[in-house]
Amino acid sequence: MEKSKVYDVVKKYTMIIVLILVTAFFTWKTGGKILLPQNVSNLIAQNAYVFVLATGMLLCILTGGNIDLSVGSVVCFVGAIGATLMESKGVNVYVAILVMVAVGLLIGAWQGFWIAYMHIPPFITTLAGMLVFRGLSNVVLQGMTVSLKSETFIKIFGGGADCYIPDLFGSEGFNMTCMLVGVIACAIYVIIQLKNRIARAKKGYEMDSLSGMLVKTILICAVILVFMFRLAQYKGIPTALIWVMVVVLIYGYITSNTTVGRYFYAVGGNEKATKLSGINTENVYFLAYLNMGLLAALAGMLTIARMTSAQPTYGQNYEMDAIGSCFIGGASAYGGTGTVPGVIVGAVLMGVINLGMSIMGVDANWQKVVKGLVLLAAVIFDVVSKKGGRD
Amino acid sequence: MAKILLEMKNITKTFPGVKALDNVNLQVEEGEIHALVGENGAGKSTLMNVLSGIYPYGTYEGDIVYDGEVCKFSKIKDSEEKGIVIIHQELALVPYMTIGENMFLGNERGHKYALNWNETYGRADELLRTVGLKESSRTLIKDIGVGKQQLVEIAKALAKNAKLLILDEPTASLNESDSKALLDLLLKFKKQGMTSIIISHKLNEISYVADKITVIRDGSTIETLDKKKDDISEDRIIKGMVGRDLTDRFPKRPEQKIGDVMMEIKDWTVYHPLYTERKVVDNVSMNVRKGEVVGISGLMGAGRTELAMSVFGRSYGTNISGTVKIKGKEVHMNTIKSAIENGLAYVTEDRKGNGLILSNPIKINTTLANLKAVSKHTVIDKDKEYAVAVEYKEKLKTKCPTVEQNVGNLSGGNQQKVLLAKWMFSNPDILILDEPTRGIDVGAKYEIYCIINQLVAEGKSVIMISSELPEVLGMCDRIYIMNEGRMVGELSGKEATQELIMSHILKSGKKEA
Repeated sequence: MEKSKVYDVVKKYTMIIVLILVTAFFTWKTGGKILLPQNVSNLIAQNAYVFVLATGMLLCILTGGNIDLSVGSVVCFVGAIGATLMESKGVNVYVAILVMVAVGLLIGAWQGFWIAYMHIPPFITTLAGMLVFRGLSNVVLQGMTVSLKSETFIKIFGGGADCYIPDLFGSEGFNMTCMLVGVIACAIYVIIQLKNRIARAKKGYEMDSLSGMLVKTILICAVILVFMFRLAQYKGIPTALIWVMVVVLIYGYITSNTTVGRYFYAVGGNEKATKLSGINTENVYFLAYLNMGLLAALAGMLTIARMTSAQPTYGQNYEMDAIGSCFIGGASAYGGTGTVPGVIVGAVLMGVINLGMSIMGVDANWQKVVKGLVLLAAVIFDVVSKKGGRD
Repeated sequence: MAKILLEMKNITKTFPGVKALDNVNLQVEEGEIHALVGENGAGKSTLMNVLSGIYPYGTYEGDIVYDGEVCKFSKIKDSEEKGIVIIHQELALVPYMTIGENMFLGNERGHKYALNWNETYGRADELLRTVGLKESSRTLIKDIGVGKQQLVEIAKALAKNAKLLILDEPTASLNESDSKALLDLLLKFKKQGMTSIIISHKLNEISYVADKITVIRDGSTIETLDKKKDDISEDRIIKGMVGRDLTDRFPKRPEQKIGDVMMEIKDWTVYHPLYTERKVVDNVSMNVRKGEVVGISGLMGAGRTELAMSVFGRSYGTNISGTVKIKGKEVHMNTIKSAIENGLAYVTEDRKGNGLILSNPIKINTTLANLKAVSKHTVIDKDKEYAVAVEYKEKLKTKCPTVEQNVGNLSGGNQQKVLLAKWMFSNPDILILDEPTRGIDVGAKYEIYCIINQLVAEGKSVIMISSELPEVLGMCDRIYIMNEGRMVGELSGKEATQELIMSHILKSGKKEA
């Protein structure tokens, strides 16, 4: 019995175990360099766009393995419009941000309309979008680089050299604020857990075992604290991390705790059954792509802020990073399964592999080969483990 | 006595939880037309799937002796090589390929890497003439009607050098004259020495073509009637099909006060969603009262599911006309959501395809149609959801370790209970149960019947669509009989018998002829 329990735990947390193993491997191969504070910090700042896009992509994939190939181009297009407005046209920063959000939503609505209501296959619709918005980016930028000088914009979206939350205590070499945030986050987590447990006990519902909950809470708090400690040793919390956390928390909540979130899973699990349960499945598809547009816009802002410029080549292959993170993070290629935390683990795993290989000095082409094989392995694992379950 | 071409001996086939075939014996002589009859789910198609190798050797017990040797088919190709060709009820043709391409699909003419199109179309045209179809073999399948497609299927079988032709409900989707042509074709083949097995519900057709009739009931062979020796009138066949013991298969319902009319459907007409000129439901009127179980009986394809789904928020069909009144007030249910809000629930016949999300746990399936009840401002109260799922699990005696279990891992009977739980939780006044006991074992059926009794005792109305006559007779206060899209009879539960229902169906079919 114990054996099957261990097996269940391993199955449930496969990707986390893989992540730990991969991190351990690179720690060994890079002589511990990958765990240096600066590298941990870079892992977040460099991959912020992946986290954001992957979260949006998850919703599309949940509806039935549908992907959005256009996000890379949309990121570039939104960035191009923003940069042009702010730099060439001298538009106010906040107005520019609103326009960028609106453009993202408009693109999402455009693609969502064809996919949801006209039943054009998402693959085709977004392939077209990929070409259209890449082309339009070039048109907007007239094929040139526009460099971004707006301090406010760069600060808000965490770009440039100083993309960290300033330390309130001003202590030397160690960012107290960062550590404090970590401690507060742990405290909030513990309080929420306790509150849920008490509420359940009061209403007489079943509860998980206390030891299981304790182990889980301690592990999660430990990860948060170690992570924040590392960041504190460098320059503190990267601004981009705030954006990532906001997106992850909001979407994590929506997907697991709201009726709308439930509909995404239901449509991907069995569209006909969902329809016959009185749910408008077309609206669900529309929402998935509308939302993808919104998050692509956010990723576009993060990207141009980080680069402090907009170029017609930005955002290339971003869609692949996002899609890859989802599948590696356990989303099913047929839809219906996958979680935001899972996708985050997938994105971190991709990031660690990227970072580790870069530090090791692996040739960029070989890096692609490795990433491709990791993606394939993850999907094979998904398909094979499901088959085993069904027999 | 003619040579025995095929003998199936003591065939037993079990699916998880259900014995589909139990020691079935079938003997077919060379050059005869042998009919296989029985109710839906009696095991006719299963038997033919065993014969053709769809269920490979080893997954069933018993022997197949064909042409004097014991056969162990492991795939369809094996049986086709011996000349056994099955034509399924659902036509298996590719719409965007030509007749010729379809006929030789998987059996291509010429070399593997260099198809010989002249030979393909030449031979195809030849075979089309044999089956009496005046079409070029270069016509696309989608451009010819269903009747002609059925002939193409037969020509395709001939192209495989069929010696034993098996036709599963060949005339189910054909009109009267196409059916006649098809049956005459079979008689013509018989003269040329071809052996056929035909599965059909249309007893008049069977009396017309068959030399021998084997009756299957509940997975066992009941009898074989010989045209030369026995009486093969329709009444005689029906008696064989339905005569069975009815004691104690249905729970007693306490004497129930049946209330006012809950829902009334009037002049309901529905057209097919794709073939928009085809009427699927034709001017149907019916009603159901509070606390009443009303059955809709009929053969497959009678339009019962289509009627139910079109009423349930227009989830089927186009160009729907007619009125629905609930509690005396006319309602317009144009979306499924509005149907649910009006107190209607439709429990589908296809629980895996249309009912449940197999990859999701029981609790999520239970609440899907009524998430509002377990959420506040669109935020789901997961504890409440869990409690609801547990409540229904206990109420319906669903066998599962926890409600976190994925529905796909449950047995058919338990899946059906989850589906019922889902719709009971949506708190409807009227439940339409479409084949609520299809494919589940006797014990689970009994429990489902108990649930139905419980529902009407609570004052709900139940419309039960079922192809199993004993079930309809055992459960319903009133029975409607549908055939070919029309209501052809209404009987009270007391006066109804299986023979009476069957004769209503068959007589209505003949009127049109």
